[in-house]
Amino acid sequence: MRRELAVVWLIWLVAAVALGGYLGLRMLHGKDRTLFMPGETTAGHYQIELDCNACHAQAFADADAIQRACVDCHGEALRKSKDSHPLSKFTDPRNADRLTELDARYCVTCHIEHQPVRTAEMGLTLPVDYCWRCHQDIGQERPTHSELAFDSCASAGCHNYHDNRALYEDFLLQHAGEPWLLAETLVALPVAPQPRGEPLVSGDQDAPADLGEVDGVVAQWAQSRHARGGVNCSDCHQDGDQAWVESPSVSLCADCHVTEHTGFQRGRHGMRQARGLSPMRPELARLPMRSAAEGRELSCLSCHGAHDFNPVTAAVDACLECHDDEHSRAYLNSPHYQLWRAEQAGGAVGSGVSCATCHLPREETRHPNGEIGIAAQHNQSANLRPVEQMARSVCMHCHGLDFVLDALADPRLLHNNFSGRPAVSVPSIEMALERERQHARSAPERASGADAGESAPQPPQR
Amino acid sequence: MTMTRSTVLVSSLFATTLWLAACSQEPAPAVGGITPQQMTDALFAVMEADRTTYTRKVVNRLANEEQVITASEHWEDEKALPLPAQMFRFGAEMAAQKTDAFSYTLQSLWPVNKQNAPRTEMEKAGLQFVASNPGKNFYGEEELAGRTYFTAVYADVAVSPACINCHNDHRDSPRSDFTLGEVMGGVVIRVPLN
Repeated sequence: MRRELAVVWLIWLVAAVALGGYLGLRMLHGKDRTLFMPGETTAGHYQIELDCNACHAQAFADADAIQRACVDCHGEALRKSKDSHPLSKFTDPRNADRLTELDARYCVTCHIEHQPVRTAEMGLTLPVDYCWRCHQDIGQERPTHSELAFDSCASAGCHNYHDNRALYEDFLLQHAGEPWLLAETLVALPVAPQPRGEPLVSGDQDAPADLGEVDGVVAQWAQSRHARGGVNCSDCHQDGDQAWVESPSVSLCADCHVTEHTGFQRGRHGMRQARGLSPMRPELARLPMRSAAEGRELSCLSCHGAHDFNPVTAAVDACLECHDDEHSRAYLNSPHYQLWRAEQAGGAVGSGVSCATCHLPREETRHPNGEIGIAAQHNQSANLRPVEQMARSVCMHCHGLDFVLDALADPRLLHNNFSGRPAVSVPSIEMALERERQHARSAPERASGADAGESAPQPPQR
Repeated sequence: MTMTRSTVLVSSLFATTLWLAACSQEPAPAVGGITPQQMTDALFAVMEADRTTYTRKVVNRLANEEQVITASEHWEDEKALPLPAQMFRFGAEMAAQKTDAFSYTLQSLWPVNKQNAPRTEMEKAGLQFVASNPGKNFYGEEELAGRTYFTAVYADVAVSPACINCHNDHRDSPRSDFTLGEVMGGVVIRVPLN
């Protein structure tokens, strides 16, 4: 009996060690780690979820290592957004008690991964009262806010936790009263990059003679911006003295188009490649995609074409070859598309609104040497969530702020691709104006107060 | 001449403070060690000198006297000078990224941004003390999240018209009667003792 028990224990022991060893090896060295996925990842991370170390740095990494991984990918965007709640606001010891309520030093306090059941918009896994934890006395300072719901700060189109570039009070005042459509559009126009050489024509092409029939391709190239900028066949197909490459890789494009490539790698189209995973394909996406697009791989060429590099195609047609969600489908019936059609029919350059106008907007770039340029932001997520991020970088190029905030807060317009006027009214500009009017009314009082001068200061009642 | 002398003074104070800060990271202070109060006093001397210099020689001169550029809370959007209080805070935040041997904040009983009102009991007592006792500093010890700190509070005085004009007219300011030379708030410096 005792011997039988010992055998059972031995079998258990061997099985446990074998299983532990197998799982351990697979976790540390295995390629497919699906087995260890503790729950579905968020919309922002699912593409790279099997590259565990993208976030976890390494097996059993501590909170600081995970935080560094967050900052590695998202730090620059947060800096650019003038993050209203940066780490520096929370490291002071005077805020130690607040950290026990809400440890804002770590992204994962609010954005926990692998928790699909409690993940809300923006990857938020926190109860909606997070503003209230620190700002519960706001009603005392601003009577207009005393009756507002505790969960409405960041959901009513008035405030964001990180990015308030288009929402801060003085900005609201500065843009109050603007018409819904500005008299003049401020869209940045494309700037041709520095040409590589003299403009080229068909006869200048330098493809090897033994390639066979290339006339069609050469004709496309001769019409392209590459030919106009002096970029010949060998510039893309032969890296230096290397052999002819039939299909140049993305990294070859990146040799010249650094800014665009950086954005591509940070966005939804290139983030898999940036992590060394296979290129993104439409069937891997969570957004609805056209079944006809199945199997296509994302690269520069998937949107820009191989030889004509037609910017018009890349701005709309390329998107709609794959994207098949309600917002994308509605674009073809939207006023923005009508303007795009009008521009293509000979209207003023920059007067049309394509998919790229809003999702890959042209931005000012600053090179380390101080040179200022214009480049399309190829990271579509850079100004997408929360939607108010788009206000300054895109919408306000053509529309007044009041209309923009209302439109972005109206879910119906987001679905139908902005066909119609907003049915939502965000009160923030009116609140700011009312406060300014009160301030102006109290001006004489302030002036006399300043004259009184020596009156003993009294601390506010708290 | 005055300019040169003040520059030398500021530089030497700055160097002294850096040296003090470096010393404080050592577990055992050097022989004849520096007390926390000496450390915070020296730190404040540098802070006050730099802050006053920026306020008078940059902001007040360029924005108010020569009127060649404005100073604004939204200095990036408006291509303006950062306000003196912002300049001070940015420095405090950058210092906090480099060391936790000390930390400092600018606070007030009448803050424009209510997050800069005193929070701990010691901050409240200290700011009240320096406002009521011009020329005197406030020192104490407090425990925050299980750690003991030497906390010093120094008066922050309106050194130029730029200070009072802005604070008296700001929408979010609880007071509109500040006068030149008056205590408007305080600098709170903390040194962890354990």
